[in-house]
Amino acid sequence: MKNIKRLFPIFDARPGLVYLDSAATSLTPAPIIDAVAGYYRELSANVGRGLYATAEETTVRFEEVREHTARFLSVRADEIVFTRSTTEGINLLAYILEDHIKAGDNIVVTALEHHSNFLPWKRLAKRCGAELRIVPFEKDRSIHPDTARSFVDSRTKIFAFSAISNVFGTANPVADLVRIVKDANPTILTIVDAAQAAGHTPIDVRSWDCDFLAFSGHKMFGPTGVGVLYGKSTLLAALPPYQVGGGMVLDSMADGPTYMDAPHCFEAGTPDIAAVVGLGTTIDFLDHIGIDSIHEYEAGLATLAVSALKKAFGDSIHILGLNDRRKSGIVSFTLDGIHPHDIAQILGDRDICIRAGEHCAAPLHRALSLPATARVSFSVYNTEADIEKLIEGLKEVRALFKS
Amino acid sequence: MSSLYQAIILDHSKHPRNCGELEHANHHGEAKNPTCGDSLSMDVLTENGLISDIRFQGQGCAISQASASFLTESVKGKSVEEALALERDDILVLLGVELSPNRLKCALLSLETLKKTLAQDSTDTV
Repeated sequence: MKNIKRLFPIFDARPGLVYLDSAATSLTPAPIIDAVAGYYRELSANVGRGLYATAEETTVRFEEVREHTARFLSVRADEIVFTRSTTEGINLLAYILEDHIKAGDNIVVTALEHHSNFLPWKRLAKRCGAELRIVPFEKDRSIHPDTARSFVDSRTKIFAFSAISNVFGTANPVADLVRIVKDANPTILTIVDAAQAAGHTPIDVRSWDCDFLAFSGHKMFGPTGVGVLYGKSTLLAALPPYQVGGGMVLDSMADGPTYMDAPHCFEAGTPDIAAVVGLGTTIDFLDHIGIDSIHEYEAGLATLAVSALKKAFGDSIHILGLNDRRKSGIVSFTLDGIHPHDIAQILGDRDICIRAGEHCAAPLHRALSLPATARVSFSVYNTEADIEKLIEGLKEVRALFKS
Repeated sequence: MSSLYQAIILDHSKHPRNCGELEHANHHGEAKNPTCGDSLSMDVLTENGLISDIRFQGQGCAISQASASFLTESVKGKSVEEALALERDDILVLLGVELSPNRLKCALLSLETLKKTLAQDSTDTV
């Protein structure tokens, strides 16, 4: 990852920045900033409508990014729906699957979900008179297939879970989880929240064989405002539209309006075109560095950080998640006697950016009886020097609270 | 080091005043700050419209706990009416620091808890 950092212009503007919150949102490299600006400078037209040169070129670019994204996931272009974010992708699913859930059915999620893969299902279950079941995580801080199996039955309609926990940083055995619940009940729809996985670890949608998968551009160096929802083409073709309006209808005057085919029927209104264009460049950027190299580098820094934290703080630091299950750059911890918010604030004053709180994962924190945790997350622009600054900063925090 | 963590705030957070339960309280209330996971509960004894005693218990960051410590010290002996009239800026004056919008929620949790507590039906002797 040598020389990667210089591709991120924020370090020119803020040379001292120690950014350890990439699990919240990653920094953006110059080629992607340029792609977003380039759309406004050189194209600036709506998609799928105009008959003039810039409009046609924009539409072509937009659909090229769809094909590019499909190749990134090894799926078909008509299986790619552009959304605003992971959250919107999952809410879209919860909306279009409403007719599919009847009173007495159940929806299964896990205790390590981010709220974006928890609340849409909790609300849907309530609306439909269905039961929400929560699969607990194990001592190794991942979801075990046998445990998941014991939560599904003939009335289970949906099993939604994340590929990588945004707090523990641990990876779930996605393919095994999908297989075991499908063996139990082939009609269960499997939905993967890949927000922390996309761009950080290889995603093999075909071998995972999940029905739906959602992620965001901005957690993998892309622009904010664009997310991707993958759905198996047979399923997308059978589901009703989400928002209705421009860009998705064939005949609006008919009694029962007719809509365009998937994926367009799920993309009403003008999308964030600049962000979609930027997403195309993002995938080029990821291909250029290589997902395997990114994965190895980020997980390597996390492992180094865990050792350094343990060495510096001994028994007074508590790391969440087992090292051998951690497959990401995410490390969450607590320090005895100091609230995570105080840690984050004092480090923040030193330009060291970490996250503190529940990380939108209240069920996980309740399960561990923790009010909050501190989280650092590493990316390609971080180095061992950042870990040293983190340790130095934490030592000062501790000194302040001990005196 | 951070001016936010002045010695006096750290002192109150490490050695909070009025911390604990109040056996003869006639008001009890609780509040939470979801962004931090801070929580506070308060017991208040009012007599003749005056706050004659007050205790708090809580879990959370230094700012939220110090703010509860400062606030309970400040309202003891004051009238319920005066306590209910307290506002955001009064808390900031007590703490003596400037806070970002996120930390403001931590600082104001004590005031929210106090107002909720006083709003509870009571058996005040008035």
